[in-house]
Amino acid sequence: MLSAADIATLWLTFKVASLATLIMLLLGTPLAWWLARTRSRFKGICNALVALPLVLPPTVLGFYLLVMLGPKGPIGQLTNELGLGTLPFTFPGLVVASVFYSLPFVVQPLQTSFAAIGRQPLEAAATLRAGPLDTFFNVVLPLTKPGFMTAAILGFAHTVGEFGVVLMVGGNIPDRTRVVSVQIYNHVEALEYDQAHWLAGCLLLFSFTVLLVLYSALKTHPVAHQLK
Amino acid sequence: MTTPIHARFDLDYSEFRLAVDLVLPGSGVTVLFGHSGSGKTTLLRCIAGLQQAAKGFLKINGEVWHDSERGVFLPTHKRSLGYVFQEANLFPHLSVKGNLQFGLKRTGQTGADLTHILELLGIVHLLERMPDRLSGGERQRVAIARALALNPKVLLMDEPLAALDFKRKQEILPFLERLHRELHIPLLYVTHSQQEVAQLADHLVILDEGRVLASGPLSETLSRLDVPLAKDRDAASVWPVIVTEHEAEYHLTQVAFDGGRLSLPSLAVNIGTPMRVQIYARDVSITLQAPVATSILNVLPACITGIVDDHSGHCVVRLQVGNLSLLAHITRKSAVLLGLNSGMPVYVQIKGTSILN
Repeated sequence: MLSAADIATLWLTFKVASLATLIMLLLGTPLAWWLARTRSRFKGICNALVALPLVLPPTVLGFYLLVMLGPKGPIGQLTNELGLGTLPFTFPGLVVASVFYSLPFVVQPLQTSFAAIGRQPLEAAATLRAGPLDTFFNVVLPLTKPGFMTAAILGFAHTVGEFGVVLMVGGNIPDRTRVVSVQIYNHVEALEYDQAHWLAGCLLLFSFTVLLVLYSALKTHPVAHQLK
Repeated sequence: MTTPIHARFDLDYSEFRLAVDLVLPGSGVTVLFGHSGSGKTTLLRCIAGLQQAAKGFLKINGEVWHDSERGVFLPTHKRSLGYVFQEANLFPHLSVKGNLQFGLKRTGQTGADLTHILELLGIVHLLERMPDRLSGGERQRVAIARALALNPKVLLMDEPLAALDFKRKQEILPFLERLHRELHIPLLYVTHSQQEVAQLADHLVILDEGRVLASGPLSETLSRLDVPLAKDRDAASVWPVIVTEHEAEYHLTQVAFDGGRLSLPSLAVNIGTPMRVQIYARDVSITLQAPVATSILNVLPACITGIVDDHSGHCVVRLQVGNLSLLAHITRKSAVLLGLNSGMPVYVQIKGTSILN
């Protein structure tokens, strides 16, 4: 059965993933919008930067984040000066690392669905007196709802599944930075296979359910409605 | 009471340049005509503010919407216009009613006078439908209603019929003609169809490669010999006429134009109804004397006002009939044998006419 410590890691994982998903949606929406619309020459660089975590070993990303966020890194110095302390080995640090790590999973579905609706509905809205924000909330958002669903689910699920970045940036501190994937590792190291089975099973079931829901939903709701 | 529209744009893309300077009537239908790539849609988009010309000036109904010299550019959503796109471009997530209300809400209108528009366009029964449950023609009618409902200062239509098949076009054209009669705001209508020009235009602007070839009242512009349209196989003159008499025994209807009368195939309309008659240049022949015995009913005295040779065996002749202009396509040989010259009095025989509404 799941021990109290296991349940604490599940709860912490849920908190990290929810918070990270929220932040990624807030940051990712304008970023994806820009990437979908811009003809700037920086588009390629930005696309590559956002996609980098897809191909980098998590330890590499974790290492750089650790250096950047640490007391001698530029971001670490900034957070220190702001009186926030340094982020590594803290819950906020874990959330920040997760945001970097999972961002492509949020940005890419959003970018695809923003590009898919094309400029026509935006122009129609403008000719019907809707300003840019009005158009975003009342035309773009309803038309790209499936894209937002996909982005949120993938971002959340991918954050739940992270291990390398967490270990590098968050460490292994119970109730503060010890998430499920790390706890499973701990169990296996300690040869507690029963405990590992329970947690691994939970994650397996979770991931499968998420993907099942996503793919069944996508069959009926394509990423973006086609305009008639 | 109607102030003219001033539109001046200079927009330079590497492969295309639009440079126009137009004064258009502040009422009635102005058709922007040209082949694809002529810049007619770009011009309309500049007027709507969907595209911004580097240098531009636009004044509609006394309001300046664009003045690049003074740094004025009103964004589209602040311009009092209605726009109908080539594809109806309805919001797929909203019902017909939702689509109509989208603009109404934002202009603070109640839509009280909407009933008339819905009836005019025949879409009252479609209000609860979603756009994907409408036919192409129905979608386009809803799009027109959606633009009209805003009570705009100007109505812009970008080839609203081009995406529709012949049957759907015939379904919408009558609505546009009724609209034409009832509308009190200027309508700028983009098309590459000569048929739509003849049926709808009051004022015609002919564009080619981003420049204005001609701009003027329909009949005058259609009969200009310096515009390629006059040499087209389907070149035609359009005359406004009024129904004056029915000859029931011959199944004919008499109509009067400014300077004469025409016999047309019987029309089921009341006497006094204004109509448009289209006369193809290929259906007009020229004689020097009044033909004494001919089966052709419409023989009219005319005066030649211009001739051009198309260098492939044909001539385009422009004639004055009454106070109207008429084009005739004849062979170069006939023109030479008859010794046709500008200023010559002649007779024209009109072999066929078509009624436009």
